[in-house]
Amino acid sequence: MKSLAELQAIKDRMRSKIVLREGTGEIRVVVGMATCGIAAGARPVLSAFVEEVNNAGLSGQVTVSQTGCVGLCQYEPIVEVLEAGKDKVTYVKMTPDKVKEVVEKHLKGGNVVTAYTVAGAN
Amino acid sequence: MKELSLNILDITENSVKAKATLISITITEDADMLTISIADNGTGMTEETVRNVTDPFYTTRTTRKVGMGLPLFKFAAEQTGGTLAVNSKHFESFPDSSGTTVTATFYKKHIDFTPLGDVISSLTTLIQGHPDIDFVYRHDIDGTTVASLDTRELRAVLEDVPLDTFEVLTWINENLAEQYNSI
Repeated sequence: MKSLAELQAIKDRMRSKIVLREGTGEIRVVVGMATCGIAAGARPVLSAFVEEVNNAGLSGQVTVSQTGCVGLCQYEPIVEVLEAGKDKVTYVKMTPDKVKEVVEKHLKGGNVVTAYTVAGAN
Repeated sequence: MKELSLNILDITENSVKAKATLISITITEDADMLTISIADNGTGMTEETVRNVTDPFYTTRTTRKVGMGLPLFKFAAEQTGGTLAVNSKHFESFPDSSGTTVTATFYKKHIDFTPLGDVISSLTTLIQGHPDIDFVYRHDIDGTTVASLDTRELRAVLEDVPLDTFEVLTWINENLAEQYNSI
């Protein structure tokens, strides 16, 4: 059973890491989680980002957050990638598989996956 | 919505927008009935707003003129022969006890009953998105609690380590899965 003692151990491990984590967070991944996004499959997309960002060792630089309706409901699930000094990138009709690719190529490699962006969908 | 757990996620976002600090999500199954209750201590709504919330053309949002969250949840309940009720105390009249409770009942045996789906995923998504809000979850089946979670208890252990830490979210996910698997 996942016990509170185990949670205590997580806390102790995290405390030693927190110092390293501060001061970064240059990239923000924002997932649309309004009714339209949720109905279109935003929940597994969000979970995939949280997991893949961690697996890629990017949790120091990348923050995954949630927002409401972006206003392009027919393109949901929508994900925006915001990075200081760069244009906002909007990914549309996202799936957990596409998330894997975006984390690998864009967040890690620095190359926007144009095929999945709103510009690419038009 | 393909799963009621997605409605839960969606409706709970309303509590977040109402500035709730504590949100209780309770699922109660008794024989053929399933009840979902989402209760918050947010700002509450005026009587007029409560009268309008299940109207799809009523919304507080300014980007569009329709709000489908509560109407969809109501429809999911009513298509099984169940009901949806919204009770609210607005902070102007109830400064110390404001908040809203949404209660939906479902007949599980009705052919149009939407499965509950992945509630654990909805809970971890809510906690990931709103690590500073406290969530109290309980799922009772025929009088027995089969799964429960209270983030206030986790916070007491974690102290300054945030609830949206990946390892903590994983722990919550596995803890709830183990509770369900041990039924």
